[in-house]
Amino acid sequence: MDKQRRKFLKIAGASALAGIGAPALVKLTAGSAYASTHGAAPAHGAAPATGHAEAAPTGVRLGMVIDMRVIADHPALLDKAISSCTEAHNIPDFAGDRKNEIKWIWKAPFGSVFTEHSTSHLPKMVQDTDFAVLCNHCDDPPCVRACPTKATFKVKANGIVAMDFHRCIGCRFCMAACPYGARSFNWQDPRPYVKKYNPDFPTRMRGVVEKCNFCGERLALGKEPACVEACKGTGAIVFGDLNDPQSEIRQILDREFTIQRKPSLGTKPSVFYIV
Amino acid sequence: MYNKSTIIPGLILFVLFVTFPVWFNGLDAGAVPKPEMPPGGQKQCVLPAAEMRASHMQLLNEWRDNVLRDGNRVTVEVDGKEYRKGLQMACMECHTSQEKFCDTCHVYASVKPYCWDCHITPEAAAKKETH
Amino acid sequence: MIEKTLKGKPAYWIWLAFLGMFMAVGVACYVRQYLFGLGLTGMSRDVSWGLYISQFTFLVGVAAGGVMLVLPYYIHDYKVFGRITILGEFLAIAAIVMCLLFIMADLGQPLRALNVVLHPTPNSMLFYDMIVLNGYLFLNILCGWVILTAERKQVHPPKWIYFFVYLSIPFAVSIHTVTAMLYCGLPGRHFWLSAIIAPRFLASAFAAGPALIVLISLILKRVANYDAGKEAINKLVTIMIYSALLNLFFIGLEFFVGYYSNIPGHKETLQYLFFGLEHHGHVYNNLVPFMWASIIFMVGSIAMLATPAIRKGNEFLLGLACLILFTGLWIDKGLGFVFGGFVPNPLLEITEYIPTANELGIALGIWATGFFVLTLLYKIAVNVEHEIEH
Repeated sequence: MDKQRRKFLKIAGASALAGIGAPALVKLTAGSAYASTHGAAPAHGAAPATGHAEAAPTGVRLGMVIDMRVIADHPALLDKAISSCTEAHNIPDFAGDRKNEIKWIWKAPFGSVFTEHSTSHLPKMVQDTDFAVLCNHCDDPPCVRACPTKATFKVKANGIVAMDFHRCIGCRFCMAACPYGARSFNWQDPRPYVKKYNPDFPTRMRGVVEKCNFCGERLALGKEPACVEACKGTGAIVFGDLNDPQSEIRQILDREFTIQRKPSLGTKPSVFYIV
Repeated sequence: MYNKSTIIPGLILFVLFVTFPVWFNGLDAGAVPKPEMPPGGQKQCVLPAAEMRASHMQLLNEWRDNVLRDGNRVTVEVDGKEYRKGLQMACMECHTSQEKFCDTCHVYASVKPYCWDCHITPEAAAKKETH
Repeated sequence: MIEKTLKGKPAYWIWLAFLGMFMAVGVACYVRQYLFGLGLTGMSRDVSWGLYISQFTFLVGVAAGGVMLVLPYYIHDYKVFGRITILGEFLAIAAIVMCLLFIMADLGQPLRALNVVLHPTPNSMLFYDMIVLNGYLFLNILCGWVILTAERKQVHPPKWIYFFVYLSIPFAVSIHTVTAMLYCGLPGRHFWLSAIIAPRFLASAFAAGPALIVLISLILKRVANYDAGKEAINKLVTIMIYSALLNLFFIGLEFFVGYYSNIPGHKETLQYLFFGLEHHGHVYNNLVPFMWASIIFMVGSIAMLATPAIRKGNEFLLGLACLILFTGLWIDKGLGFVFGGFVPNPLLEITEYIPTANELGIALGIWATGFFVLTLLYKIAVNVEHEIEH
């Protein structure tokens, strides 16, 4: 009797463990199948069509060129870009409280943005101008590598490094992993600090990480990112497919000398700066 | 049986305790909730009502993964009207009130989905703007 | 065997009640944090990990330290560790319980913790950390329990258990290696981006774990009439001295690389931790006294432990030296390593971190929970030993 009970308990225990482990195994082994269906998905949310003739072999990779010469001449443009982003994404305003700050696109001096560049004998324009800082939507993002739940991931169709707030467990590993300080955490419920709601976009809840999403939701409607639209007609921020040789952004990159933040880290940022 | 005098009352207490919600409510499950129909008068949902009632949560999860993860934002057409996939962008276009629609059943079934921790109801949006 | 935890002298119950009090405070503080969010901690956008993760990191080491008993006893058949090995295995259990609690306390959305299993992500080091931590916990419960049961019945443990005992050795190394990899694989965090982090973690673990075991053995000798044996303690002290020296050596190497290469990224955090870092005319230095205390504690306690008169003749000073060493290592890894890594931030700005009272309450509560579990486990182990002797 006693022996049988033991045997039963052993089998029950073993099968319970197997039951817990099974979903993980199934998910892991099914990974390749998932990937293939992803790859076949149509490239939605691509850049506002500029008639790209042929996609590069790696598909669409959205990127941005920020022309600091324009922003230096019209510093108000950057403020406008920031506030349109804040409105579009229901970003809370903690009135300069460094602890709680939520930042998607913000201003910082050259020395903070380009920490690998020399700051000796900078021209006056570079010294006096605030640079635009945002998520670089890296081609090889360390935050995605670090995330234990795939709550942050690279969208296959367009290269955007996106967040799934539903899945984020708030471990903040991505914040430690991001070499650009682009990620913010909701230390408390952000809603009371959101000035005005954009009813087309959610707010966030406390306990999740957030950052710039290259306006994935606006691209889907055929609009440009909010910050790009705010600077429309000035050429301060140009947005498009880095893999499309015909795109406006590529023509600028082919013509102008641009720099990226911390290129030595191998993250391959998709945001370029003309200084 | 050993310790009859403690085991049997113990078992009775256990059963009573476990069935507490049943007898405490007098064997009555209470009035069945009546969620409010869309104030705009729309009659057609993206799926038949019975299916929506049973599995709207699966559909929302599916939409979420479609939109966020797979970049598949193909719209849903209902009665000639296009809806984007999303709680805020489709469901609450018609079912404008969380309190009068969503909550009625959720409260009854004692489930607490965290949808509205992030998603903004038309009511919440209107409230904020008047501030 | 669990019934053994239910009988004890008043001192046992008073001790448990004392720990229970801190646990209650911890629960109350956690409820507050759960309802408001992690904003109740001192963490910020710039210093996004604080006391919880740093305690987790340190305690992984304490758990791994148990292997310094398991390895000689089971692999080299070092009989002297016969009575003390179970203490190491049970300490590992309590330490991992604390680790898991600290991780839960640190999550912004604790109810979603199982997402790590539901959406397994093999490119994340946290995924592996989850596997090895839970695996090591399971192995220690299994091995400790089976071997103690066999001992109680005065029979040889079943043969199959040795497979798990041997398996627990690479697991002990892996828990701390993987925990080091959480840090040392992050681009742009120069202080952590060092191949020496894992060996340094292991060295400090092999000093901190045994230090706590020696300290507890000395206490058990007085309060529970349980003598681990002079020779066992002496051997452990030797292990501690070498491990602590290695840890100091590794810290010295970090200093050399930072200051001789003169590369700002490699230097700045050390500068912040030990001397204070100047930024826009303000010197940020709130960890400086702690770090120097840590160095003094480590060097001082090594000197004490290496003194034969203390090591062999004076149990009070031996215990004190262990406590000082443990504290020194705790400051080094359980405070400075994690907090320092965030200074300066990726934009070379500086935010300092000071834990809040609520945060300290939760941390104390978790430590108390760990010692509560440890007390219960040791009560079982000690009573079983007493039972055999009678």
